[in-house]
Amino acid sequence: MIPSIEVLNLRKSYGTTVAVDDVSFQVQEGEIFGMVGPNGAGKTTTIECVEGLRQPDAGTIQVLGLDPQRDSYELRERIGVQLQESALPDRIKVWEAMDLFASFYRRGLDWRPLLDQLGLSEKHSAPFAKLSGGQKQRLFIALALLNDPDLVFLDELTSGLDPQARRAMWDLVRGIRQQGKTVFLTTHYMEEAEQLCDRVAIIDRGQIVTLDTPENLIHSLGAENRVVFCVDGRFDKKSLQAFPSVTRVEQVGERVIVYGQSDGLVSSVVNALEAGSVRFRDLRTEGPTLEDVFLALTGQEMRD
Amino acid sequence: MRAFWKLTLTQAKLYLREPIAAFFTIVYAPMMLVLFGTIYGNEPTPMFGGRGTVDVSVPAYIGLIILSVGLMGLPIATATSREKGVLRRYRATPLRPATYLAADVLVYFCMTLLGVLLLILVGKIGYRVRFDGDVLSLLASFSLGALSFFAFGFLIASLSPTARIAQTVGMVIAFPMMFVSGATVPLEVLPEGVRHAARFIPLTHVVTLLRGVWVGEVWGEHLTEVIVLLGVLVVGVIVSAKTFRWE
Repeated sequence: MIPSIEVLNLRKSYGTTVAVDDVSFQVQEGEIFGMVGPNGAGKTTTIECVEGLRQPDAGTIQVLGLDPQRDSYELRERIGVQLQESALPDRIKVWEAMDLFASFYRRGLDWRPLLDQLGLSEKHSAPFAKLSGGQKQRLFIALALLNDPDLVFLDELTSGLDPQARRAMWDLVRGIRQQGKTVFLTTHYMEEAEQLCDRVAIIDRGQIVTLDTPENLIHSLGAENRVVFCVDGRFDKKSLQAFPSVTRVEQVGERVIVYGQSDGLVSSVVNALEAGSVRFRDLRTEGPTLEDVFLALTGQEMRD
Repeated sequence: MRAFWKLTLTQAKLYLREPIAAFFTIVYAPMMLVLFGTIYGNEPTPMFGGRGTVDVSVPAYIGLIILSVGLMGLPIATATSREKGVLRRYRATPLRPATYLAADVLVYFCMTLLGVLLLILVGKIGYRVRFDGDVLSLLASFSLGALSFFAFGFLIASLSPTARIAQTVGMVIAFPMMFVSGATVPLEVLPEGVRHAARFIPLTHVVTLLRGVWVGEVWGEHLTEVIVLLGVLVVGVIVSAKTFRWE
């Protein structure tokens, strides 16, 4: 099967700053592919080269079998784009924007059901400037879906949104994939990539550090799971250290953290506590996340 | 073609929703006419060759409308759309730049024409303004003046890095033009030296051409004006086509 996107040895500099340095990857039809990394890592430059909005210095790009530079207008008929930084005129109404943008495409869909789907029907006659951040983003998604695209680009879709709006946006993105469309998104939220993406490329300083499914990335780290709980009264660390699945135990005040391999860790801990009649509360488990993967691979915290 | 007409219609609606732009395009010149018409009336005077103040002001104010749309409204709106990322959003669609610009120019043209028609209407009804030319020559002169100033405006927008700079540059060029070109103060009352300097200001040529055509003179008598304005148009189009940026 021909991949939806194929990027080979992409390179792009601005002056002396190398924004993207020899990046190669493929996006398969029907998947949600994410590019994750801190601000300034080269995500937007990469996605905009793929969209045909920027001209690469070197490398080849094929999108839906087209060359984004040479076949730019043909490509724009078939893709949907949500840009990181863009706007509409302040006084344009939601329906006017939809109606206008639909006229730009050969296959402009009926936009009314789209407004319903994105929960914007009530804002039908509201001017752009009066929309909330989340509503503006939903309108931009609606505009990106107007031409029934095969491939949708979402660049930092949830930046600046509150957690609730962000989660609502995730559902929308999953909905887009369910319609059989391919999604290429960028984000600097590791949690977002973990929740949404079938495959993730972690990019830092213009280079892809690693690329795999979130599960494989987390698994490959061999990172430990944690069981965290609070104890009332006396507690002896040694009672837990004997278990093979436990690697170490830390206690700070009444808070205890048990590190170990995921298999059997929780049951070992709970059994031991029950057997020793230890009174405990607020027990929860924490697995490694993509955040840990990023930290392990780049040696740095995500710069937000 | 569907994109062109939709864009034209939408831009026209947006234009009229912008109170400042709508004021300077449609209300300002007729308001000035009523103000000075009330002060001076429209009695024939020898200074204007037996015509009244309003007779001379109506064609001159057409130049004023062209100036405020071309050098203030257009560059500010264009640079603002670029700065905010509106043009970027258009660029991510199959919309062709030429389609966008054509729709934009048509909207500015129609809005300017709307202001001019209202001005003439106020002059006719309020002051029985005297018009001795023919409508086609007037329309042609207006079109030449308007299009050359739009090209000038796009040039300012293209060369200005930000909307604020576009605004400043537009104002700095427009304000002296307004007073020294005959658009507001008739050239007849200005001192000889100023009148001489006025020949180097593009708006003077718009006003002189319009005033001439208004009293029935033909284009042949105004070759200088026509050539200067064609020059502005050609230079403006070429330079802004080369320097126009979506972002």
